[in-house]
Amino acid sequence: MCGICGTLGLDGQPAEPDLLRSMIAQLRHRGPDDAGVYTNQALGFGHARLAIIDTTGGHQPMSTQDGSLWITFNGEIFNYIELRKELQARGHRFATASDTEVILHAYREDGEACVHRLNGEWAFAIWDAGRRTLFLSRDRMGIRPLFYTTAERVFLFASEIKALLAHPAVHPRLDLRALDQIFTFWCTLPPRTAFEGIRELPPGHSMTIGAGKCTLRPYWQLDYSGSTHPPRSEQSCAEELRDLLLDATRIRLRADVPVGAYLSGGLDSSVISALAKECVGTRLKTFSVTFDRAEFDESPHQQDTVDWLHTDHHSVHCTQADIAREFPAVIQHTEQPILRTAPAPLFLLSRLVREQGYKVVLTGEGADEVLGGYDIFKEAKIRRFWAAQPGSRWRPLLLKRLYPYLASLQQQSPAYLRAFFRVRPEDLASPFFSHLPRWQMTAGLKLFFSAEVKAELGASDPLPQLSASLPAAYATWHPFEQAQYLETTGLLPGYILSSQGDRMAMAHAVEARPPFLDHRVVEFAARLSPRLKMKVLDEKHLLKLCAGTLVAPSVRERPKQPYRAPEAASFFTAEGRSRQGYVEEMLSPARIRSDGLFDAGAVAKLTEKAKRGHALGGRDNMALVGILSTQLLMHHFIRKGHG
Amino acid sequence: MDSTPAAIEKDLREFLVENFLFGREQAFSNDDSFIENSLIDSTGVLELVTFLSERYQITVEDDEIVPENLDSINCLVEFIRRKQHSPA
Repeated sequence: MCGICGTLGLDGQPAEPDLLRSMIAQLRHRGPDDAGVYTNQALGFGHARLAIIDTTGGHQPMSTQDGSLWITFNGEIFNYIELRKELQARGHRFATASDTEVILHAYREDGEACVHRLNGEWAFAIWDAGRRTLFLSRDRMGIRPLFYTTAERVFLFASEIKALLAHPAVHPRLDLRALDQIFTFWCTLPPRTAFEGIRELPPGHSMTIGAGKCTLRPYWQLDYSGSTHPPRSEQSCAEELRDLLLDATRIRLRADVPVGAYLSGGLDSSVISALAKECVGTRLKTFSVTFDRAEFDESPHQQDTVDWLHTDHHSVHCTQADIAREFPAVIQHTEQPILRTAPAPLFLLSRLVREQGYKVVLTGEGADEVLGGYDIFKEAKIRRFWAAQPGSRWRPLLLKRLYPYLASLQQQSPAYLRAFFRVRPEDLASPFFSHLPRWQMTAGLKLFFSAEVKAELGASDPLPQLSASLPAAYATWHPFEQAQYLETTGLLPGYILSSQGDRMAMAHAVEARPPFLDHRVVEFAARLSPRLKMKVLDEKHLLKLCAGTLVAPSVRERPKQPYRAPEAASFFTAEGRSRQGYVEEMLSPARIRSDGLFDAGAVAKLTEKAKRGHALGGRDNMALVGILSTQLLMHHFIRKGHG
Repeated sequence: MDSTPAAIEKDLREFLVENFLFGREQAFSNDDSFIENSLIDSTGVLELVTFLSERYQITVEDDEIVPENLDSINCLVEFIRRKQHSPA
């Protein structure tokens, strides 16, 4: 795990080592163990290393022995041992024990198609001196980031946007269409980022630059077309899932440093911790976040797993004041506006991991998307079930089963629940049926956009932009699979794996490895009948079967509680004062007017409402966090330059 | 307090604009549904009920918290007047 960067002079201009060093300087938090630069005429690579595999021999940028291929690589190839043996059998000779060198030889053997053979999480660039092409690739699910832009006819790429801003001709400007997308989907639609002219390589894509051309293409796509599911017993499917998860976990324990695990207290991270314990045979080190308020805190469940697995457990307690204090640093790392404070506690958690001398953890990310755990899937199922008989009196009663952790919703009368989750006839035909309520609610936040931003956006609507990116087979998939696709290709890479994942972990040089996102697990799950994922309203049904006695019964049987953190209330004291000076400054009418993105009067009223200590609803919470994070982004990256 | 329908309507509109639209004037008619126009979420319903209780000194029973009573300005005006004129 590391930070990578590079430049390619599109007109043959020589690479500038000083620029590469400046870019690396912006990435040292990702790779504090080593750094390297390689330049050769128009090509320049930089690397900041977090040494995990072959800690003494894996210096980067790395080349083949003949110097014809060079690589700068962020991530891990977990099946590198097997690939290495295969390549050796075909005559390849290795100088190091690293996975980095395996990629180089796999590329030499199979060319750009080599990515199909990789099992891992990666962002890398290979310079093929013979073909004079630059080849970039990013893992299937989007676990590791890769951004790029062009300035003064120089192509630049890097693990984080702040490294691109080291080029004097890259001037950061907020992309209003990105803001529009974030205030709808909670994230941008790739390749768009929050910054104008800066793009991300989408998950599962490769890019080749050479001979005056730039070619972007997918090498892998999530596909549910094979889910015709031959009749198989649940038990047989559960056993196959368990075998796959065990192997996914086993190869994710490969490291020349100790590997720990995040423990949320939920089923997913408990299963992964249990499987890891089976593999390592020694006492596993686990890490958790705890909160003051019971509605967020999962420490009793974390303790159940700790007791069940006898792990060596460490936790960090996160208060509202902690969230307020760390939030500016969090936004410097997310590099995009966020509508939730949830990344902040994970920022504290990765710091704890690092303080404990660890730099690799396994996580339970991805299970909810891949195996059907989210309430949004359950909500869509109930709404569709109800819409089939709109006059039914008992079908909408199932709505009470949704979001048990949201007190304000649970207090609603059945009539109000019916109104909130209503199904309009035209919604049934929408490809976005499952997500329309969430997106419409989020889009309500645009109420706060300034008149200038509204005018600039005009009639822009992010939904048709998303429609255009859907695969041709999408319409043929089961509605449950359509919902899974939207979540797995949207929010997962755009926010969960990014703002809550890579960016928070790497802020403290911690590498997070999610076994549920092993592509073998993802592809297996995509072939499963939706019935096995959510049986009636039992979420992650197959995973629960597969968990068996791996996890404590209390953890297996508890209702799902999504990871959440205190929101807008974090930023104000009980006496109605801002906890940190920056909150007052960023939300002040003068600053809001100066930045021009939001309506100063509306923001002032929202801030006053939050200060009065009234319990804010979901929309108001998201609005305040979204506005504050956008203002901080403007402050860090656009007003005073980056970093 | 002026309790004519016109006064209640004005009062309610001010509350809605202030609390749910944060001062941003947005055209909505007295019959427009708050939910269908995304003016209100589940916490907003509770805010609205608290406002009605405090402002108009009425007790809103649990079974009265339904969209038929609360989901538009006209519904609210009618509901408040009914409550104000019903025996305690």
